[in-house]
This record gives sequence, structure tokens and C-alpha cells, in this order.
Amino acid sequence: MGNLKLPRMLIATAAFWAVVSILNATGILNGYFMIIINRSLIFVILAVSLNLINGITGQFSLGHMGFAAVGAYVSGSITTLIFKLSPDTLAGNGIFVVAIVIGGLAAGFVGFLIGFPSLRLKGDYLAIMTLGFGEIIRTILNNIDAVGGPRGLLGIPKFSNFTVIVAFAFLTIAILRNLVQSSHGRAMLSIRENELAAELAGVDTTRYKVLGFIIGAFFAGVAGGLLAHLLQIAHPTQYGFYASALVLIMVYAGGMGSLTGSVIAAFTLTFLTEGLRVGIDWLKDTVGLPVGTEWTMVIYAILLILIMLFRTEGLMGMREAKILIIAEETK
Amino acid sequence: MSDALLKIKGMSHYFGGLKAVSNFDFEVPEGVIYGLIGPNGSGKTTTFNLITGIYTPTEGSITFDGSEIKGMKPYKIVHRGIARTFQNLRIFSNLSVIDNIRVARHFTVRSSLASSLLRLPGFKAEEKAIRQEAMHLLEIMHLEDRSEEKAKNLPYGELRRLEIARALATRPKLVLLDEPAAGMNPKEVADLMELIVRVRNEFKVTVFLIEHHMKVVMGICERIKVIDFGETIAEGLPEAVGKDPKVLEAYLGKRGA
Repeated sequence: MGNLKLPRMLIATAAFWAVVSILNATGILNGYFMIIINRSLIFVILAVSLNLINGITGQFSLGHMGFAAVGAYVSGSITTLIFKLSPDTLAGNGIFVVAIVIGGLAAGFVGFLIGFPSLRLKGDYLAIMTLGFGEIIRTILNNIDAVGGPRGLLGIPKFSNFTVIVAFAFLTIAILRNLVQSSHGRAMLSIRENELAAELAGVDTTRYKVLGFIIGAFFAGVAGGLLAHLLQIAHPTQYGFYASALVLIMVYAGGMGSLTGSVIAAFTLTFLTEGLRVGIDWLKDTVGLPVGTEWTMVIYAILLILIMLFRTEGLMGMREAKILIIAEETK
Repeated sequence: MSDALLKIKGMSHYFGGLKAVSNFDFEVPEGVIYGLIGPNGSGKTTTFNLITGIYTPTEGSITFDGSEIKGMKPYKIVHRGIARTFQNLRIFSNLSVIDNIRVARHFTVRSSLASSLLRLPGFKAEEKAIRQEAMHLLEIMHLEDRSEEKAKNLPYGELRRLEIARALATRPKLVLLDEPAAGMNPKEVADLMELIVRVRNEFKVTVFLIEHHMKVVMGICERIKVIDFGETIAEGLPEAVGKDPKVLEAYLGKRGA
């Protein structure tokens, strides 16, 4: 009967898709809201994949957007520079999905390269190394003229739409859920809990730490590809420390190790970011206060401090919503 | 004694200039309960760390089940059949009790990552088998009612049993127990002694334990080695070792002192 559980999550996703689509078609949710919802879903993919590295395997990455940048630029190059695809053709859409996956694989490979040296590092040192990695990627992209350099990769066709993004977000959550609730996932969790004990319970901790980085980076790459094909641009500044920190805050706010928490936090914080942007613009233009959008980061910093002080475990702690728990056959 | 399960020859280990273990020779015959005792700081836990690969000995050899294991990674030594518990518990606190056990079954899993992610039938059958085996272990440890509880909610004595169960879940030939009776009350100690003997008989394992608790050592160990400051001071059957003047001196101090 365990087979019925996956469809339950599928039904919930389909219902979400249908409701938003209907509201959009009837004009209740206009294009502006759809962009925020699409962004939220992309951040869902980013947050749950970072949660695999930070929350489930117990490592620490501050450069998650670096992986997303790899996915964005690789898939964007394929659709824009190599094939010059158009979203109007079926073949174009097919190649787009393949390009997204290739972008993910490229990011996964970079994750593998990053994962190896990081094994010797822990805590703060690992954080600094991944932070440096994210900045290196950004700087490299800034200096490659073939992908636009500091202007960014322009003219990317708009392949990402609500349906495509929902589908990818659903697959990401389903795959990560299946991973966590398998023997491989338990090996990753055991590293977070106690690395030495994991090793002495026969877990190849090196392998699983690298695997965590690879899988997390793969989905970050997918998210980056989707974002590039939604905004029709891939720009180095989109993938800097600011964005990586935002994803990190989502993981902490939602709860380290809780996929449910990451989903909720990704939605909440994406909407909050937009709300703050509107609010700060209002303060600047109408009230005349000398504030800019960079003040959102101040508010996030305060939010993170408040979470650490008053709800260290985040919104969900390590719990999952029922819909994400696979019932086991006990007999 | 060529059929000894674990054979250590001339093993020494230094931490910088400090000699933690000096020229150890060991033979742990198959099927026995072997006790290693000695005062604090005498090198007992270091010996366990050397056997399990956490440290690599500076000198000497460690042969297990006929092959050299010195220098192997800890998890590979576990795969060969050596499992251990820790003096200070190392439990996966935020995992459920059954997951603590299931982690230790992980390395035998044949299902590929892809098969796990897609939850193919082969994966499901394997997970079910692991679950049943884990439940069986929990029943032996009288922890079956706690299987879904988070491990950190268990009392100390139950955690000790959980850790032994986790060690057994790796299907070891040799189990190293690092002060299993530490922090237990007399009733728990009595139960533990019975449990260790039962585990040895039921799982056909060799038990190698470190213990301060003389009652445990004298009660269940069939062979004993006493060390002090990294050197062997006595070895043999419990009765003989218990009367050895050097042992009494190391443990109780010199008469009249």
C-alpha cells in the first residue's frame, strides 16, 4: 500500500497547479504575481537542495548559488548560443528540458570537485571555502566574453513557465524525499548526527559527503537553468553571496533537515522579499527616507538572528509534513 | 594459537613523544569473552581506536581473521567484521531508534541510488528485510516498543543497549565494548552481564571488552589482560589475574601505602 503515498503528493501538487492556473486564467492572479510564484518555486528547489547538503548531510555550504550559476549559464548557452531555440516549437521545448538537465549535471560535476577538498574541512573552514567558491564562479563568469561577461547572458528564450517549474519542483522534492527515506539517506543523516559513529557503523562517510554535494549541486543547477529561462537573462550578480545567503536563511528558517520547512520558507521569504522591495520603494519615494533595496538584507540579518535566538530549530525543526513521509510496511 | 581471531604483534603508538601503547601482543581466540582492564590512562581506549582504524599504530601489526587490517579505513574494518561501542555514547540522537540500527545495515545494501530514488520493487524488498532484521535486534535488546522514538529520548541504560544493538547490526565477528557498564546501577550491570553472554552465544561473536567494573570482568570474561601505562602487567584466566600482586598494586596501590 506504500505505492499510494507518491500519488498523494502528486495530487497535492496537481491541485496547487490547477488552482493557480485557474486563478491566473480568470485574472485574479496577474502576471506580476505569477512571476513571484515562479520565483518562489525556483527557490523551493534551491532551498531543499541546500538542505540536503547543510541540513541532512550536516555539511555547510555558503556558495549554493555558484552551482545555480553553472546550471544557468550551461543551459542558457545551449538554448541561446548553440541552438538558438524558440519556445514555440515542440522540439525546442524538448531540447530545453535536456539543456536544463545538462546544466544540472554540469553543476553536479562542479559539486563533485568542490566536495572532495571540502571533506578535510569542517564548520567555519568549510563555510569559508564554499563562500570563496561561489565568488570564484561569479568572477569567472564576469570575465568570459562568450557568455556576455559583466553584461550577462542576454536574449535567453522564455522557456520556463509555471507548469514546467511546478513539474521540476515536484520532481526535486519527490526525489529528495525518496533519498532521505532510504538506506542511502540514512547514511547521510548519520554523518550529520555523529561522523565517527557513522564511520564505525560501516558508512563510507567520504563517499556520502561528496554524494550530498553532487546531488545538492545538481538540483541547484536545475534551479539556475529554470531561473535563467524565466528571467531571460543570466547575470553574474544574480548568483553572488547575497542570493546564497538568502537560500541559506530559507533553510535555517524552515528547519535544518526538514524539506517541508524549506518549501514553506522559500515561499514565505520570496514573497517577503518582494513585499520589502515594494515597501522600501514606498519609503524612499513617498516618505523620502534615504533607503535602498539593500536594506532587505538588513532585515534578513535581523530575521536570522531572531531565529537563532528564539527558534533555533527553525519553523519545522526536523519534522516533515505527513504528505512527505512514506509509510513503511511494518509487517 | 594460529586460529586466534584477532592477533596483535608488537603494536606501539605514540602521541608526539607520549607513548600511549607500548609493544602490545594480543591474541583474542574466536568465541571467547576477552577482557582488557587497567587504570585510567593506561591505553585501553587507544587500543580500541588502533584496532578500529581511528588511529594507525606507529609500529606493529594487527591481523584479523587471517589478514592484515593495519592502516585500513575504519569503515572498511567494520565491513571486515569488527564493530564497537564507545565509552561516551555516540548515538544518532535525532534519528529514531530503529534508524540507529538501520544505518549499520546500510553498507550491505545492494540497491543502487537510482533504484532507491525510484523506489523500485528490489529496493522495497531490501528495505523490508532490513527493517525486520533491525526489529529482531531491538527485540533481543528489549527496545522493540521504542523503535519509532527519537533516540535522544531514551534513558541512559537503554542507549547503552541501543549502541550494542547497532554494533551487532553490522554482523560482526568481533565486538569491541568500551566500558559497557559505565554509569549503570547494580541491577543494570547484572542485566548487562547476562546480555553480553547471551549475545556471544546467540550471535556467535567474539567479545572484547574494556571495563573498570571488576565484577563484570571477573564475572564473564574468560581471558583477561591487565595493562598499565601502556604496558602489559598480567594476562590469563580471571582467577589467576585477580590474585596477581602486580594487578592488585596497579589497582589498589601498594599494601600499606
